[in-house]
Amino acid sequence: MNSGKQKEILGRIREALKVSAPIPHIARRQNASQLVQPKAWLPAVPPDQAGQLALFQKNCLQLKTEFCLVRGTEEAGRVAKELREKYGWSLAASHHQIQLDAVVRTLGIETLYMEDQPAQTALEKCSVGITACDALIAQTGSILLTARSAGGRALSVLPPHHLVVAQINQLVADLPAAIDLFSARYDGDYPSFATFITGPSRTGDIERILVLGAHGPRMLTVILVQ
Amino acid sequence: MLSSFAAKFNTRATRLTADLEHRAKIRSALRSYEKARDEKKALFQDWEAARDGAATIKWEAVNHLDAYLGRFVEKLEARGTKVFWASNAQEARDYIVALAKEKGAHSIIKSKTMTSEEIHLNDSLRQAGYEVVESDLGEFIVQLREEAPYHLVFPAMHLTRTEISDLFHEKLHSAPTDNPEQLTMIARRELRLKYLRADIGISGANFGIAETGMISITENEGNARLTTALPRVHVALMGIEKVIPKLSDLALFLPMLATAGTGQQITCYNSLIGGPRQPDEPDGPAEFHLVLLDNGRTQLLADAEQRDALHCIRCGACLNVCPIFRNVGGHTYATTYQGPIGSVITPHLRGLMDWKHLSYASSLCGACTEVCPVKIDLHHHLLHNRRNAVARNPDKWERFAFRAFARLTANPGLLDKLVRLSRPFLPLVRAARQIMPPPIKGWLASRELPAIALRSFRNYWKSR
Repeated sequence: MNSGKQKEILGRIREALKVSAPIPHIARRQNASQLVQPKAWLPAVPPDQAGQLALFQKNCLQLKTEFCLVRGTEEAGRVAKELREKYGWSLAASHHQIQLDAVVRTLGIETLYMEDQPAQTALEKCSVGITACDALIAQTGSILLTARSAGGRALSVLPPHHLVVAQINQLVADLPAAIDLFSARYDGDYPSFATFITGPSRTGDIERILVLGAHGPRMLTVILVQ
Repeated sequence: MLSSFAAKFNTRATRLTADLEHRAKIRSALRSYEKARDEKKALFQDWEAARDGAATIKWEAVNHLDAYLGRFVEKLEARGTKVFWASNAQEARDYIVALAKEKGAHSIIKSKTMTSEEIHLNDSLRQAGYEVVESDLGEFIVQLREEAPYHLVFPAMHLTRTEISDLFHEKLHSAPTDNPEQLTMIARRELRLKYLRADIGISGANFGIAETGMISITENEGNARLTTALPRVHVALMGIEKVIPKLSDLALFLPMLATAGTGQQITCYNSLIGGPRQPDEPDGPAEFHLVLLDNGRTQLLADAEQRDALHCIRCGACLNVCPIFRNVGGHTYATTYQGPIGSVITPHLRGLMDWKHLSYASSLCGACTEVCPVKIDLHHHLLHNRRNAVARNPDKWERFAFRAFARLTANPGLLDKLVRLSRPFLPLVRAARQIMPPPIKGWLASRELPAIALRSFRNYWKSR
């Protein structure tokens, strides 16, 4: 298929830009790119890990993300088992990753693995999607994950419950730090998909009243391994 | 002469301004937003500096658009994305319809994209025989009602739960309920089936990142994630002005868009898509097409004075604070983009003479300019549009009236004399207001003609 009117559109853009537009006052100062300092403008984040952990936890509470802090993979498995009983999970979906595998094994229920490419309809019937992630962001209570780190695109959005197993060293202060981490980790060889997840799926489209579980998971649980 | 668009606008505006129930609905829908927005804004260490920064980044991108678009497209194509450049709505629609035919598609699922509303994509696809389903809850509701989105961020904010329940009952045969959660679950169940059946997913894009060749999609429901994950073909539709230079710019834009748009610190899902499924990934669409749309944007770009209107990130904050929007409502505009930003850009996208009336749908209070996260000089642009419209098509009578007025005020003696002479006729003029032809009648209806003093100020000053 053709690529359309690339030349014409770029030509019109260049023609239009021959007349310059007034520069915003901040850009008129010496070096505009150095003046863009999101870290100094965005909501403040404590500098130490304990403070960041507390902030992440507080954000989870507000966002209605379930948060479990555990010591070691063994306890993570135990907590996952408790969750299974609490929510009555019968079928899980996951992907292979060293720390994750240990937790999913102790869960002891039938599990579909994304590596085996289950059908979308099968994935949709799972009670829970269990994934790893790239980073947790204290500032916003967000989880950063990618198609490569978390078993593709559908696993973390199609089942009604999303369980994330994260490690304490994945906790970063703020959005700029998370983006730096993403750029450094994939360094030009990016996965086709990445997403910042902030709380369970929600909508306010009916009278601006908050409802959880609009299209994505109704429940989001983070197990953070210390 | 009023354009037919202007006449319709006036009729609808007059009706809805008097509809107190409608106004109460809008006010109550915006009340929780206002509270949340102020709370989240207060979390910023420096919101005003952030606005300056965001405006600077957008200025850089828009004023070097050719370079950034070039980089953006090159990176996307390198990872297997098919990029199509559309000059206008027709070309974009034709491409997508041809693609649907080529892929043997039957069913198409869409996540919220105002750009597709702009090009009336759904109509074309439906005429070509495809089932097209909107998956954003608000969009799904207005699609069932066969009407346009009311607000570019809150498409169904004009409807109560009872109206939505009645609608679902009629169209989906669901049991009536006044519980928003149950209503949401009805839509969820209905749409799950559509997702699993869809061959093509169509999404918009909030940002295009030149540095890495990715689009960024902001949402809350997860419908955009499903739309871009499940169907075997993903088509994204994006205005050419949405490109930003660097990935790190998102650290600023994502929270600002959410804060200004919905009063959240960041929305539930902010996803980056840089291509179709890659070999080491277990799922995702086999094909990713990006349609880049001009459709009048380069014309707005050529207007250096109003070029910053292309900085818009479509957060809708200017609608929410606009006293006109809050009274006349979103549908009255009859444009894709409502409120102040719509009034500024629609004349550029659809023709100044047909849409200049929107520039007068403003009290020029400047609330829009004050809240804009990327600092677009909205209310001055409304004045610019008025000026440009007059320059394009000067009104003979208006020009005559202002010339006469200028002549008179330049000659105070004559003005004095005329005013004195007109005093006896004042009661007559007041009485005649009822029989004056429009538009004079309308103008007089809301204005009181003051009494003329026995002695003019000039006279008094002289004799002092």
